[in-house]
Amino acid sequence: MIPELGHFALWLAAAAALLQSVAPTIGLWRDEEALSGLAVPAAVAQGLFTALAFAALTWAFVVSDFSVALVAANSHTMKPDMYLVTGVWANHEGSLLLWVLVMALAGAGVAVAPATLGPRFRARVLSVQGIVSLGFFAFLLFASNPFDRLIPAPTEGQGLNPLLQDLGLAVHPPLLYIGYVGLSVAFAFAVAGMLENVVGPAWAKATRPWVAGAWAMLTLGIALGSYWAYYELGWGGWWFWDPVENAALMPWLAATALLHSIAVVMKRDALRAWTLLLAVAAFSLSMMGTFIVRSGLLTSVHAFAVDPARGLFLMILMALYIGGALTIYAFAAGRVAEGRQFAAVSRESALVANNLLLTVILGVVLVGTMYPMALQAAGGAQISVGPPYFNMTIVPIVLVMAFLMGVAPLLGWRRSATGHLAARLLPAAVAAALAVVVALTLFGVRGIGALLGFGAAAWLAVASISILAKRGLTLNSAGMALAHLGVAVSILGATASGALQREALVAMRVGDAIQMGPWRAELMDVRPIAGPNWTAVEARLDVRRGGDSVAILRPQSRMFVAPAQETTESGRAGWWTGELYSVLGQPDGTGQWQVHLWFKPMVRLIWWGALLMAFGGLLALGGRVRALKPRRGVEMSGSPIPQAA
Amino acid sequence: MKALVMALLLLLPAPGLAADPVYIADVPLEDPVAEARAKALMAELRCLTCQNQAILDSNAPQAQTMRVEVRERISAGEDPEEVRAWFVERYGDWVSFVPPARTDTALLWAAPFLFLLLGGVLLARRIRR
Repeated sequence: MIPELGHFALWLAAAAALLQSVAPTIGLWRDEEALSGLAVPAAVAQGLFTALAFAALTWAFVVSDFSVALVAANSHTMKPDMYLVTGVWANHEGSLLLWVLVMALAGAGVAVAPATLGPRFRARVLSVQGIVSLGFFAFLLFASNPFDRLIPAPTEGQGLNPLLQDLGLAVHPPLLYIGYVGLSVAFAFAVAGMLENVVGPAWAKATRPWVAGAWAMLTLGIALGSYWAYYELGWGGWWFWDPVENAALMPWLAATALLHSIAVVMKRDALRAWTLLLAVAAFSLSMMGTFIVRSGLLTSVHAFAVDPARGLFLMILMALYIGGALTIYAFAAGRVAEGRQFAAVSRESALVANNLLLTVILGVVLVGTMYPMALQAAGGAQISVGPPYFNMTIVPIVLVMAFLMGVAPLLGWRRSATGHLAARLLPAAVAAALAVVVALTLFGVRGIGALLGFGAAAWLAVASISILAKRGLTLNSAGMALAHLGVAVSILGATASGALQREALVAMRVGDAIQMGPWRAELMDVRPIAGPNWTAVEARLDVRRGGDSVAILRPQSRMFVAPAQETTESGRAGWWTGELYSVLGQPDGTGQWQVHLWFKPMVRLIWWGALLMAFGGLLALGGRVRALKPRRGVEMSGSPIPQAA
Repeated sequence: MKALVMALLLLLPAPGLAADPVYIADVPLEDPVAEARAKALMAELRCLTCQNQAILDSNAPQAQTMRVEVRERISAGEDPEEVRAWFVERYGDWVSFVPPARTDTALLWAAPFLFLLLGGVLLARRIRR
């Protein structure tokens, strides 16, 4: 009964989306406010009904109602309670329902928030959002109904992929979806802005919080996915340039560029057309990301819910939205002038350079991800484009960007003086030089890439902190400086954990010990243990440093019951300086166990940096509110240097 | 096509522990320099029975066999690029995560420069106007 109610609620939500898209379109055309005003209650209704549908599906999972096909295929009574709930979105249908839920709630949010650009613009935004949701409702109802019944109901479900039975991966999809959907709001604002011809500073100001929020959530979502891959896949890596990772990275890159270009529209009323294009691109890439993950077109370590037939539906949907938006753009681009001019040395041009480099990275990731498929489709060879290609092409660009990120915040708008730069950047330059020298002499780092990585991290960190230390900081510039500091922290983590890593791979008997640098790890015992829905062999490694026991590592090899699948669980122990990481391999039959041990210096900084970035993005939501002691002269905020005219 | 079939096969549930009769342990090479070279190469060779994993990271039996092969060849004094070439000849371009430098991949390798050039031209026009 409850699943049918959920199904019904989903239809009602789709009807509300239809009303939300049609009523304002006609109302705005005929200038009937009563009709266009319907968009607001329709959006609220869509949010409520979608929430009801989602609650119904959650209920079916929690009570293990195996007469619902989706529950039978993806759940199991022995699964821990928490994963009963998170299992709702750990599959194709459920995750799409989560997507429309977030989308509907965002629409309701737009409907009830103050309409700073007037009711007409709000009605237009809501109608665009309605059209977008409508497509996803159609996809759900016609091609992936989560409430389909399975008669007769099996007595037990097939269980959830053990790799997904993990807190990190349970939270990861909702974060990404909030990010994607936030970008869909930016998309709706962009399309509505073009249709209503209101693109300018006020429009940018209204759109920017959605972009900043979406960007922060995407950052968190991607970082969490990376952290999950690090500890759960058991290879000690944290980024594999895997198609599914790239699929999430591309909207993030577009959103990052958008976040910066929209600031230019807001402050200087320049780069309007480019910003609109980015807003369209960011959401298009989000849809493409979902499409790639769901269609199974690309082989990936992260592909969990795959069905090529549905891929086609998504592709058509995507083509309609992207094509529609680009058509509107083509008509509007002539009307939307680029805006005001600026000189070669100015904050604007630095932000344009940032956008250019981000777009190049985006292009390289896109080409690298799609090239093998395209080549094969064209009857060519089967090739792999893997980490070596991406690292080789993208790392140098990131280093250049890190350099620019230190300079750009010190430049003034429109036309900047340069005299102050040397003095302001001296500390950062000294720090960068010191970092390189320390890495070279104390740690014996020789790779040019690693040395530049240390240098870039120190440069950017000190440059960003010097902005934070200034008086008269707005939340906006504090957010910017924190986010940039986060980038520096992540670069440091990535560089150090790669360049200074230690590794040992040995076959050991119980009682054996290995020496790895200053650490000595002894295999204390290997014994079977049991969890709620798995059994495992767990090794106990006593790690000593200079005779003192510093950590007990417990790597496991887990065998899940339903579905029957083996996973490795890394045994880890960490300090701020780094992390010991161990994996238990197979026994060789003579009492020896394969043990893989790493020390990964500062590896956690990769994700701490991402947290800082996300926090900075959320701070920037606050806009131009003063963070610290107020200073005279409002026009100075956000632009630390007086403009040299 | 081979890749597609492989990909479809991979979508089937993992066979579990059943098929894994003989397990050969990973034995690092004595010479740390040779071991480092072998590792670097393993990170760039694709495990053919996995979903987009390097043989360095994979628990699959085939990856294991390939690791042994890499170590044997490196310790016999072969250059990593020779070893890569041997694998490519045997399993096709797909096995190497480094795409080949040929005419059919020219666009791939040129992509970063083309994008930079295009952006640079647009930017220059924008500022000069």
